[in-house]
Amino acid sequence: MSDKTIKFLITRQDTPETAPYEEEFELEYRANMNVISALMEIRRSPVNAKGEATTPVTWEMNCLEEVCGACSMVINGKPRQACTALVDKLEQPIRLAPMKTFPVVRDLAVDRSRMFDALKRVKAWIPIDGTYDLGPGPRMPETKRQWAYELSKCMTCGVCLEACPNVNSKSDFIGPAPLSQVRLFNAHPTGEMNKEERLNALMEDGGLASCGNSQNCVQSCPKGIPLTTSIAALNRATTFQAFKNFFGSDRV
Amino acid sequence: MAGSRSFNTRRLHSLLGVIPVGLFLLEHLVVNYFATKGAASFDNAADFMGNLPFRYILEAVVIFIPLYFHAIYGLYITFTAKNNTSRYGYFRNWMYLLQRVTGVITLIYVSWHVWETRIAAAFGAEVNYQMMADILSSPFMVAFYLIGVLSAVFHFSNGLWSFFVSWGLTVSPRSQRISTYVTMGVFVALAIVSVRTIFAFI
Repeated sequence: MSDKTIKFLITRQDTPETAPYEEEFELEYRANMNVISALMEIRRSPVNAKGEATTPVTWEMNCLEEVCGACSMVINGKPRQACTALVDKLEQPIRLAPMKTFPVVRDLAVDRSRMFDALKRVKAWIPIDGTYDLGPGPRMPETKRQWAYELSKCMTCGVCLEACPNVNSKSDFIGPAPLSQVRLFNAHPTGEMNKEERLNALMEDGGLASCGNSQNCVQSCPKGIPLTTSIAALNRATTFQAFKNFFGSDRV
Repeated sequence: MAGSRSFNTRRLHSLLGVIPVGLFLLEHLVVNYFATKGAASFDNAADFMGNLPFRYILEAVVIFIPLYFHAIYGLYITFTAKNNTSRYGYFRNWMYLLQRVTGVITLIYVSWHVWETRIAAAFGAEVNYQMMADILSSPFMVAFYLIGVLSAVFHFSNGLWSFFVSWGLTVSPRSQRISTYVTMGVFVALAIVSVRTIFAFI
């Protein structure tokens, strides 16, 4: 047993409408803790640094291995996943806050519905249903599959939206994540068959054109997805699509 | 194409910033550079430009309409952003902020500059070397002109970078990095040209 402690400064909010406030917590140090295990410790005995009993801190979590995106929060100023935020590597006091770009549900839990709505808006799926068996689709070259796999790592965690200066209450920008998903599905040999629908969806208000090239997204993405390359590639694709829409084309 | 109005407006904003506004800026800097060869040389060049046929149509189509469309829509873009360089101090994020700051400075500067020269000319003042020398006899105006012109030149150069991204010309990270070097080279070159011109009037 050591008498070392870890300090947490957590931005809390009791309901979506009430004002946020800060609460300090002090925990006994254990080796190899992450932010989630510390939050679990607080939940086990919800007592703040002043020794007062308080409500347990609310947060979201699921996979605990940085593939689901649920435990995203702002840790020491940067949005990231709490599960891979190792206490030994963080400066103290560790500041936890919700990603304010999204509506706060309670404490550190936010509502990321807008991201899922955006995926629906840009048709980020591959339609394969028919009234009869359509048979196997076209093959995908292995090199391309490996390339597309990188784009498919997106876990809708919201970090890129939190880091983007153009995603805010004054703008209707859907954010970098759903844009890059269009590139993923348009690269798929079957998905490619509906690529115009997705490109046209991107050209609607709040879509691709709202990007201002601050490139914070690509710096912040925990999965290292080349978001700004996707955006530039889609800029090129929509340039052609816009001309095609306006002038018509000899190609189907 | 219902709903894609903002896409078209934003692309138009990007295009007009380079063609014709950016090209006009280059022309303007080149013509003004005659000042470094003496007052007579500048007056000659200014006279030539000022007496071009279809002058009012050229001014409206090449300069004022695209310039103010770009400026006013640019203000809208600027004020719908929530800058966060204090939390994300990356190079491109700083350039993003600088692009917006220099855009607003350029708008203020250009509006004043148009008032002081073109509008004054409409009321009978003569646009020549002496006019600029009089304006730049005040140290405050020298500072104002330096800040304004350097902002305009930066906004143009860095705007070229984002123009290349917005139209999908530079896609890969490497091409965007090279484009950064090239456009910053353009900035340095144009900065030297414009600063030398300003000092030619002092």
